[in-house]
Amino acid sequence: MLSKDQIAQRIAQEIEDGFYVNLGIGIPTLVANHIPNNISVAFHSENGLLGMGPFPTKGNEDADLINAGKQTITTLPGASFFDSSTSFGMIRGQHIDLTVLGAMEVAENGDIANWKIPGKLVKGMGGAMDLVASAKRIIVAMMHTNRKGESKLLDHCSLPLTGVRCVQKVVTNLGVFQVTRNGFLMTEIAPEVTIEEVRKSTLGKLTIANDLKEVILH
Amino acid sequence: MINKKVNSVQKALKGIESGMTLMLGGFGLCGIPENAISELVRLGVSGLTCISNNAGVDDFGLGLLLQNHQIKKMIASYVGENKEFERQMLSGELEVQLTPQGTLAECCRAAKVGIPAFYTPAGYGTEVAEGKEVRDFNGKPHILEEAYKADFSLIKAWKGDEAGNIIFKATARNFNLPMCGAAKINVVEVEELVPIGTLSPNEIHVPGVFVQRIFEGKDYKKPIEQLTVSES
Repeated sequence: MLSKDQIAQRIAQEIEDGFYVNLGIGIPTLVANHIPNNISVAFHSENGLLGMGPFPTKGNEDADLINAGKQTITTLPGASFFDSSTSFGMIRGQHIDLTVLGAMEVAENGDIANWKIPGKLVKGMGGAMDLVASAKRIIVAMMHTNRKGESKLLDHCSLPLTGVRCVQKVVTNLGVFQVTRNGFLMTEIAPEVTIEEVRKSTLGKLTIANDLKEVILH
Repeated sequence: MINKKVNSVQKALKGIESGMTLMLGGFGLCGIPENAISELVRLGVSGLTCISNNAGVDDFGLGLLLQNHQIKKMIASYVGENKEFERQMLSGELEVQLTPQGTLAECCRAAKVGIPAFYTPAGYGTEVAEGKEVRDFNGKPHILEEAYKADFSLIKAWKGDEAGNIIFKATARNFNLPMCGAAKINVVEVEELVPIGTLSPNEIHVPGVFVQRIFEGKDYKKPIEQLTVSES
């Protein structure tokens, strides 16, 4: 089984040299820690920054320089600042190559729900609806089941949707799943996990790739 | 050059009345118009509709107006981090219209540049799309969103000149840029106001034509919402 950090590590393997990448809050944030040194990647923060760097050292924080999670950050050489309209223009205009975000539920047709639980306090969708509606490539990083042990890979989302038919790939603690016309296709399985366990934890339609591999972390 | 300078926040906010619609720049507490918000609290105007990406925290930013029950309706994309906001929303005192962040920015920009409405894919198939026109472009469904109409925009910039030309710092540009020029009266507060001719025309982020009033703010607190630091 993969830890949250290992989910992030596996997703980092999807990032190619020259990619502009938007990382959501939670597990996706950890992806930045696993980018190989030999590729160039620029991280996009939707509040208006391309070329986001690590957190500042103590005493060097700047209230005017934050990421979309409102955390103090730094810029890397070659970074640029811009306004929110331009920032979402980059997203809507498909200039950002990859979006990684968390989810409460993903359906076998690629629908995603990650912003609202009826009866619970709603904080808002932030930029998630814009991101999922327009991104060229969307990978969801999440645990396979919720705290009650219920599957988060479903036939239909039960929660209010964030976007429709938009998720291409899901990486969970149990493996890697492509969203296909035929539902979830498991292409990689986490170490020490059985196909039976994955089946039990998946409510949506699941098929197993003929060339199923074990997740390799490097 | 036309001079937009006013000498005080009181003069800058002249004409703001209860029941008006205001746009307020900022993302979280980054780049919010601190002086204008303090003055709104002092004026005590109420029944306001506020368009702002977030709603501040309990004791700062728009949270100060919420404490005073001055806001009737909030149009925002994300409103966490504020207990009083939660309380007023759950009790029904406060009407909340949650809007995707990119749509929120574009509804401001559209108002600024004379575009009454636009199609966007964001929110299609979700509750955001309810009651909105849907149209396919290039085989993909989009929803029609209308530009906002606001009485005042309250903008925070880093530097400005008396002609109303302004420059932002770092990620404080955010919603300040698309909102500046989107309302009937656009009021800018800056940390440093310089005479006309001091700023290079090459540096300007928003030309003064989009600004009606500019003033130098004071006592900026600029709180940090999430202080994160690295070890090395």
